[in-house]
Amino acid sequence: MTRTLEKSALAQLTLVRFREFIREPEAVFWVFVFPILLAAGLGLAFRDRPADVLKIAATTPELVQSLRQEKQLNVQALPVPAAEEALRTGKLALVAEPAPGGGVVFRYDDANPDGRTARMLADRAIQRAAGRVDPVAAADQLMKEPGSRYIDFLLPGLVGMNLLGSGVWSIAFAIVDSRRKKLMKRLIATPMLRQSYLMSFLISRLSVLVIEVGAILAFGVLMFGVPLRGSLAVLAVFCLLGSLAFTAMGLLIACRVRTIEAVSGLANLVLLPMWILSGVFFSASRFPDAVQPLIRALPLTAVIDALRANMLEGAGVAQLVPEAGVLAAWLIASFVVALKLFRWS
Amino acid sequence: MRVRDLRKTYKDVVAVNGVDLDVMPGECFGLLGPNGAGKTTTVEICEGLTKPDSGEVELLGMHWNSHQSELRQRLGIQLQETQLSEKLTVIETVRLFRSFFRRGPEAAEVIELVQLEDKAKSRVGTLSGGQKQRLALACALAGDPEFLFLDEPTTGLDPQARRMLWDLIERFKQSGKTILLTTHYMEEAERLCERVAIMDLGKVIALGSPAELVATVGVTPRPQPTTGNLEDVFVALTGRHLRDD
Repeated sequence: MTRTLEKSALAQLTLVRFREFIREPEAVFWVFVFPILLAAGLGLAFRDRPADVLKIAATTPELVQSLRQEKQLNVQALPVPAAEEALRTGKLALVAEPAPGGGVVFRYDDANPDGRTARMLADRAIQRAAGRVDPVAAADQLMKEPGSRYIDFLLPGLVGMNLLGSGVWSIAFAIVDSRRKKLMKRLIATPMLRQSYLMSFLISRLSVLVIEVGAILAFGVLMFGVPLRGSLAVLAVFCLLGSLAFTAMGLLIACRVRTIEAVSGLANLVLLPMWILSGVFFSASRFPDAVQPLIRALPLTAVIDALRANMLEGAGVAQLVPEAGVLAAWLIASFVVALKLFRWS
Repeated sequence: MRVRDLRKTYKDVVAVNGVDLDVMPGECFGLLGPNGAGKTTTVEICEGLTKPDSGEVELLGMHWNSHQSELRQRLGIQLQETQLSEKLTVIETVRLFRSFFRRGPEAAEVIELVQLEDKAKSRVGTLSGGQKQRLALACALAGDPEFLFLDEPTTGLDPQARRMLWDLIERFKQSGKTILLTTHYMEEAERLCERVAIMDLGKVIALGSPAELVATVGVTPRPQPTTGNLEDVFVALTGRHLRDD
């Protein structure tokens, strides 16, 4: 087994790719650790908190008692001057005082949403304490199911962004670096088959892909309960197709460039618009209708839309044909042009 | 190897301007010349890495356009300024190159041949200049070549490292293989090469054994009572002025 591996050029080239990747700690960080840190950070920032309890004050014991029936209010008993001072400085949302002719006065800032909410809650509590019976019975059903939270929206976006970044960078950097160091010229001076060289990038990319997508998805599912409603096979097919398209784009970006500076600039030029337009962090539908066809034609949009539809809505292959078409078109066009323009020395 | 009327022009620069060369089996042939003389272009055309505008190269009885893959199997090539991957170890690098060839010694044997066995497991990035050049030689020898191209194999090395490399090249010569070597060092050519060609401005301006050249080319002897050496021949032929590339 090891002897066959030693004699196989493709196996040796692929091993080189793995070794160069693993022995570059920065690359390992950006591919594996960074997306997980990002998901963890954003997931925590946008986690579901219980609805805020609003702080209010009342100036008589009777009002305090009535208002404390409302669980969403935190009611303090304060004398009038202290209560008004706290309201002015924003420490309280509302102050309830007895009205001179009976009844109650609510002091609050109607430009403050908390104040308006507190007004409604306080009024309801006082009316019910005074014996009001609501004519229509109403029950609450709260939306807390997985699939509708920000982290559920974000995770497929992060997977897509990671596929794009590692697909483009891993091949573009390695190829330009080896051209710059004249290593590529040295390799083609041997009997090495050129397709083995390109194939080694593809094999190593697809193997790392399994680990990196697996890590991000496992993190999302285990830590945040992100749903995987669609078939895993469809998910895998789109990760694969997306990664191939991005790798082909990386090959195209690197096909003639001789310096790391030039390839960095070129890659950023390709990647940045997609990070912004393709709906990684927020829905791409926020952009004007006029640019929507353009956004839909971007490969990153296709990957992210397909992953979201698959993971969150359980979409199958039949619903994802347009996305698959976009990716296949990018893959074939980039690969054909890249091979045509490729400079081996 | 037989080269006839080779020509190559880059944009407005004529790099190779009608070169004829014959390298006999088993000899070490030296290609000398100042920077920009066209040595590297000539060698890269012979190695099948650059296409000539016109002219013919016949190697081991074959031509590049008809026997590319067969020729690649039987040639050993060291290029000027190749930087091998710094993150790989010596043995991993040699194993990679060995895997491209149908036949050849084991990677460990090649490493022993260039006396890098102590460094077999070291990263290429930690090697000294001389050790890197020996590794480059090992990569060129990985396929047990019949014909070896060495483009400035000792440029930038200290005298010890240079001498060590010369010993290795001599040992390879003794096994009856053919070498085409380019160099700036006349001492190197005198020591290793049976015959040399001196190139300037894309043409071969002198050809013969180092001794013949010293004897036949009219070198003005130095004021000191020396008989002149190949370096004097070289400077006499290519001029003393400095050139910008």
